Amino acid sequence: MRWEPVIGLEVHIQLLTQSKIFSGESTRYGAEPNMQACAVDIALPGVLPVMNKEAVRMAVKFGLAVGAQINHRSVFARKNYFYPDLPKGYQISQYELPIVSRGHIDIEYDGAIKTIGITRAHLEEDAGKSLHEDFHGLTGIDLNRAGTPLLEIVSEPDMRSAQEAVSYLKKLHALVRYLQICNGNMQEGSFRCDANVSVRPRGQTELGTRSELKNINSFRFVEKAIKFEIERQIDVLEGGGTVVQETRLYDPGKDETRSMRSKEEAHDYRYFPDPDLPPLEFDESFVEAVKQTLPELPDAKRDRFMSQYGLNAYDAGVLTTAREMADYYEEVVSASGADPKLVANWVTGELSGYLNKDNREIADSAVSSTALAGMIKRIADSTISGKIAKEVLDAMWNGEGDADAVIEKRGLKQITDLSAIEKIVDEVLAANPVQVGQHASGEQKVFGYFVGQVMKATSGKANPKQVNEILEKKLRS
Amino acid sequence: MSLERSIVKLSAALRAKEVSSVELTRRYLERIERHGELNAFINVDRERALAQARSADERIASGKVGPLTGIPLAHKDIFCTDGMLTTCGSKILANFVAPYDATVIECFNAAGAVILGKTNMDEFAMGSSTENSYFGPVRNPWDRDAVPGGSSGGSAAAVAAGLAPAATGTDTGGSIRQPAAFCGITGLKPSYGRVSRYGMIAFASSLDQGGILTPTAEDAAVLLNVMAGFDPRDSTSVDRPVPDYSAQLDHGIKGVTIGLPREFFGEGLDAEVGLAVEAAIDEYKNLGCEVVDINMPNCSLAVPCYYVLAPAEASSNLARYDGVRYGYRAPEYTDLTDMYKKTRSQGFGTEVKRRILIGTYALSAGYYDAYYLQALKLRRLIAEDFRRAFESCDVIVGPTTPTTAFALGAKVDDPVAMYLNDIYTIPVNLAGLPGVSVPAGFDSAGHPIGLQIIGQYFDEGRILNVAHCYQQATDWHKRIPNGFE
Repeated sequence: MRWEPVIGLEVHIQLLTQSKIFSGESTRYGAEPNMQACAVDIALPGVLPVMNKEAVRMAVKFGLAVGAQINHRSVFARKNYFYPDLPKGYQISQYELPIVSRGHIDIEYDGAIKTIGITRAHLEEDAGKSLHEDFHGLTGIDLNRAGTPLLEIVSEPDMRSAQEAVSYLKKLHALVRYLQICNGNMQEGSFRCDANVSVRPRGQTELGTRSELKNINSFRFVEKAIKFEIERQIDVLEGGGTVVQETRLYDPGKDETRSMRSKEEAHDYRYFPDPDLPPLEFDESFVEAVKQTLPELPDAKRDRFMSQYGLNAYDAGVLTTAREMADYYEEVVSASGADPKLVANWVTGELSGYLNKDNREIADSAVSSTALAGMIKRIADSTISGKIAKEVLDAMWNGEGDADAVIEKRGLKQITDLSAIEKIVDEVLAANPVQVGQHASGEQKVFGYFVGQVMKATSGKANPKQVNEILEKKLRS
Repeated sequence: MSLERSIVKLSAALRAKEVSSVELTRRYLERIERHGELNAFINVDRERALAQARSADERIASGKVGPLTGIPLAHKDIFCTDGMLTTCGSKILANFVAPYDATVIECFNAAGAVILGKTNMDEFAMGSSTENSYFGPVRNPWDRDAVPGGSSGGSAAAVAAGLAPAATGTDTGGSIRQPAAFCGITGLKPSYGRVSRYGMIAFASSLDQGGILTPTAEDAAVLLNVMAGFDPRDSTSVDRPVPDYSAQLDHGIKGVTIGLPREFFGEGLDAEVGLAVEAAIDEYKNLGCEVVDINMPNCSLAVPCYYVLAPAEASSNLARYDGVRYGYRAPEYTDLTDMYKKTRSQGFGTEVKRRILIGTYALSAGYYDAYYLQALKLRRLIAEDFRRAFESCDVIVGPTTPTTAFALGAKVDDPVAMYLNDIYTIPVNLAGLPGVSVPAGFDSAGHPIGLQIIGQYFDEGRILNVAHCYQQATDWHKRIPNGFE
């Protein structure tokens, strides 16, 4: 392919502080319009911003987690533009001196590890919302969101495909949730993404003209919008045209991007240092204190899961994508005392299937880690077979109680009485003389048929290991 | 009882129950009404004032008395006052009833003071004559055809005319000291960060500072005691202890070194003003002060520096007046942009629009470095001038203004001539230092002359003491304009 796409992402995450970045008002989502907007948030004459220290801590936490430079002195600036949901007529943001600069995140794509640079991360306030429906042609303004703390995370243009961009975004998403600085809810706008996309002839070092894609608020849309935009730019260039620098809006309904405003129409934001806020300054001891609060990060946890539990890279990766999932897994391992690989199979397999089916997060799992551990214990002590366990889990998921209760109620306890199994094996062999003959003449696959017949006769309750052993013994003799 | 021109004496009279707060408040309310021609007030809330006075009298009766309990005060209409119109002298806020109290108002309310009303001012504190008010110009009690100075012209006229015992003001480039000089009263601008800006409607945030206009330096100390202090709601207020300013007035000034910036006595200074200031310096020598010459080489650039920085900040600070949430909105418009344009074109006056345009220009891409950044550098150089000067003196003394009060209308068409009126006051704001203007004589037209005393950071106690000692030795501050006895 002649063309090389170049992609950089700007991600806005809403920080999980109790109160807004410059006022004491609550940041809770979903209140009635304008019920969480105080004098500062609605920009009454005379009000002043006061920095929320918790937001600073969270920004530093992020910076430490991506190996970035933490700037002990950063400056808030005003970004000036008029819009009805921007009460002051300017947004307080960081411009020349951000709190975090020069970090990186490693992504895995196609089995290879690639480092994506993070140019900077800066603190700023969110705007309110303009509501264009339900107002008879007028616009309603809801300022509940105004002043919610945001961390804008700007990557280097290090990604070369839509898939890489999505890998980076997923990694970032997992990380900020690990750090408990953002709930990652993309539907509510807690985690938002803009993408800068350009293409250039392969081998060229100079960057092509980029467009900025807005309104891509799901992993799927990010991938589709970037793919569309890459194709569009290539078409323009191959048709002899030039790409113009502009902001484009992604329309998920039509799966296309369309021009929102050109460079010429771009605002002159007239940034200047906010005279209401002194430079944000802290010393190394503050950074050290934040460092103490850092949890084990996804990559480190994945490596530990591989070495400590003997998991393969894939399972370890799946289990550590979300902190809650990893915690759940470790709880089951510890409570069941069972083989960690067996636990991994159940968590990444059956349980994840149920979660996906019901569209639930692990935190809302209908089967708790203790309950799952209880069930796995019964597999480990041969009370039930793996196959029966699936039935048990289904019953547990549907609220029939814990594993022991389900086993008891449904009579699923495995038959481990050797003489009972022997008796059934004898009956099966006696009833199938043709197959016994086939086996004697070397047709090994008939063995599976016998196992199936025994299991059928016991409604699956016979211990498969014992059935195998007895069958082998009997057929040999 | 004659009207005492001293808060200290009024306070004593209230405590001795020679007069009640209600009586006192009524007396001032009557005077405000009688002298409506000065146009010193935008809004007077009689009932509210009397209710506050009654509750102050109850406190006095129960013996819970502070120095300001029951003292009526006027507040510049730039301080948000819960439940009262707070217009900032602008059409765009002409209907704005503030839903909260500025910290300064809270302080005075807590001290038991009474709010007489809100004083007239240049729109958004932009002006040096109080001719830029949507509510019409204020007249100078010493000469009704002259301006009272600005932007705190309503406060200055009210105190000079005895319509209020004292008043609050704000000073961004001289807006307390210059009208105090023009009206023959004492005007204190504290150090930047000494008084909370919360609830004080912003003009230029890095320069704005609340202060007071009073008959005497002694009164200024009493009021500063109440209004100074750290406010967690204002990140630029400074967290350091507030001394008892009144207690610092007992100190003599023998041995105090006064610096005279030669640059403040050059071209542009009216000869009569110059003579009065020289006479005041002689008085200080008599009182035992040493006088040294100092140099302020960069101060000549203070006015251009200020007229980049202040409008730049203002252009952003005033963006919130967009007709969306409160205040004036144009009655007719076609779409959002048209609503913004019409609201702001109709809602702001000429001078405010001029400064918004200047500030927007100075911050624009391609001009920012040449104007805004350059002005920031100059600001540092000017602050450095002061730092160096204070190595050889304790206070800096000079004229507050180059001339005395000029005629109404004389400079409205010449903004630069108007701006140059603040040539001696602006450097003090750029450096963030405290300054006080005290009456130091009259010119041949009978207009008062102001003497400016500038101190080091947070040295309000010292400059008030230097002002107080001068007032102990002179009686300029005791003069009362004809018809306002």
